[in-house]
Amino acid sequence: MALDAGNRKTDFVVFDRVQKSYDGETLVVKDLNLDIAQGEFLTMLGPSGSGKTTCLMMLAGFETATHGDIRLDGKPINNIPPHKRGIGMVFQNYALFPHMTVEENLAFPLEVRKIGKDEREAKVRRALDMVQMADFGGRRPAQLSGGQQQRIALARALVFEPELVLMDEPLGALDKQLRERMQFEITRLAHEIGITVVYVTHDQTEALTMSDRVAVFNDGKIQQLAEPDVLYEKPENSFVAQFIGENNTLQGTVQDIDGKVATVRLDDGEIIDCTPVNVSQPGERTQVSIRPERVEYNRERLSPDAHTIHAEVLEFIYMGDIFRTRLRVAGNEDFVIKTRNAPDQRRLQRGEKIEIGWLPEDCRALDA
Amino acid sequence: MSGPPIYATTPQRIWYYGFRVLCGVIFFFLIAPILIIIPLSFNAENFFTFTPEMLRFDPEGYSLKHYRDFFTNPDWQQALWNSVRIAPAATLLAVTLGTLAAIGLSQPHVPYRRAIMAILISPMIVPLIISAAGMYFFYSRIGLQGTYVGVVLAHAALGIPFVIITVTATLVGFDRSLTRASASLGADPVTTFFKVQMPLILPGVISGGLFAFITSFDEVVVVIFVGSANQQTLPWQMFTGLREQISPTILAVATILVAISILLLMTVELLRRRSERLRGMSPG
Repeated sequence: MALDAGNRKTDFVVFDRVQKSYDGETLVVKDLNLDIAQGEFLTMLGPSGSGKTTCLMMLAGFETATHGDIRLDGKPINNIPPHKRGIGMVFQNYALFPHMTVEENLAFPLEVRKIGKDEREAKVRRALDMVQMADFGGRRPAQLSGGQQQRIALARALVFEPELVLMDEPLGALDKQLRERMQFEITRLAHEIGITVVYVTHDQTEALTMSDRVAVFNDGKIQQLAEPDVLYEKPENSFVAQFIGENNTLQGTVQDIDGKVATVRLDDGEIIDCTPVNVSQPGERTQVSIRPERVEYNRERLSPDAHTIHAEVLEFIYMGDIFRTRLRVAGNEDFVIKTRNAPDQRRLQRGEKIEIGWLPEDCRALDA
Repeated sequence: MSGPPIYATTPQRIWYYGFRVLCGVIFFFLIAPILIIIPLSFNAENFFTFTPEMLRFDPEGYSLKHYRDFFTNPDWQQALWNSVRIAPAATLLAVTLGTLAAIGLSQPHVPYRRAIMAILISPMIVPLIISAAGMYFFYSRIGLQGTYVGVVLAHAALGIPFVIITVTATLVGFDRSLTRASASLGADPVTTFFKVQMPLILPGVISGGLFAFITSFDEVVVVIFVGSANQQTLPWQMFTGLREQISPTILAVATILVAISILLLMTVELLRRRSERLRGMSPG
């Protein structure tokens, strides 16, 4: 068992060549390999039908893997029923027992573990304090708001002190403000207690703000597994670039690759510099990807030898803290740039012709 | 009740009042035969009609003698005892098996669920006399005909469809993630069933149990075929009484049974409301 610097297991949860098929023909999960470290907050992110929830359900024991091994703390758990795995879980619809009070809900996992009354009560109280719901012990779930129910669900998943907690889109039903507060609270709690969390969501903001690492799922495969900043700034393929954050794409052909810089001829003939990611030789088709906030139209802020291309302003939207400008670039009419509303920032006019450019490392040449 | 809206047209007005009259008539035809037996059961004479004394509200015309007959006559007492022994046992069996069947058949992965469901609820659809004849021949072969166990089994088979239908209906609203949550919290399937699923489907189970009980308690055709003189139940005794003795005692019995039915219905409704309240509004 491998240990990291903090003496924690780096392979606490292991998916080893896991496959899953419901009908015996199509694979919902294709050859999944994933190591999750102890104490890590890992998010499985992807569109619906990408296999992320199936992976979570296999880990929880509600689905069985068609192929491969899942190991928890070194032990294969494929043949262990869900109730013997000792994994906490928070469900999308909270799944609180409606016929029990909040306290009874929390005491339930302790009762089935035959923990004595005094200890049980102490633990329930501590768990309620942890989620700041100490005054709500006698209520029934139906008497609580969505956010309160979510806290109780969280407390219930933690009260029996599992080492691993799974969360299946737990904030999906909450409004935006509450969701943001709960995101913060869940991450704080997870790090305070030091538990390992596997979190499933289709909300990329949630994934970026909460996780230590994010696994982006699509088509039953992990497209990229990385820290949030790496995922956002250095997407490894066009799916990840499109799925995480806003992104501009341009189609073109690789002209030349010189070490860390590739020259790409766009379809309308203009030349740009990019970082080659998954293109390897001249002549290959590529999809170039650039973030809206990394595009610069102020000539003085670009390096003198940077390639620039022509653009026409189609729309200027004032959004308060930022300006959002839609451009026509190399035939693409959905090219968006975002600029900060700074005192020295020039507001573009509709119909204006400008030159835009960027740093080669911000522009990534991906698979077409 | 303030009459039809002022903008109603003449046909709408006619329909408005006609509909209420129709409802009243239906109600009358359903209730009147039951209500009429209650005063008749206090008849001082051995008649099935109102005597002139009764119509004059003369106390002489009324008596409790038919009730006295019911509580002292060994035939009626034996029949009551038989009913009391058979109905609860059949109900218990029907509730247990019916609930399990409903839960099993609500799992999406069970093959041929529709066919199995149709077979299980067929006693409700097939004419009773056919079920009874079938049971008679079958039970005779395996030595259950004329036994207590045989009658209980037969009545349970009649009660199971009611339990299956009511429990299936409650299971439709049952959130399956609750059983998953229970498992993730460490409860084995048996604990999950009794602590999580059962309390939540209890209203359906109670209603089904009530129907099963009434079915057995009121049943006369099957028990005549499957039972013997030792299993003569109240309805059977009433049937015999009507044919052979023509004694108004059966009116007293009928009144008692109506009272029991109303009490039972009320108790069960209170129980059901209580557990409905306990289960709260289910989230999601």
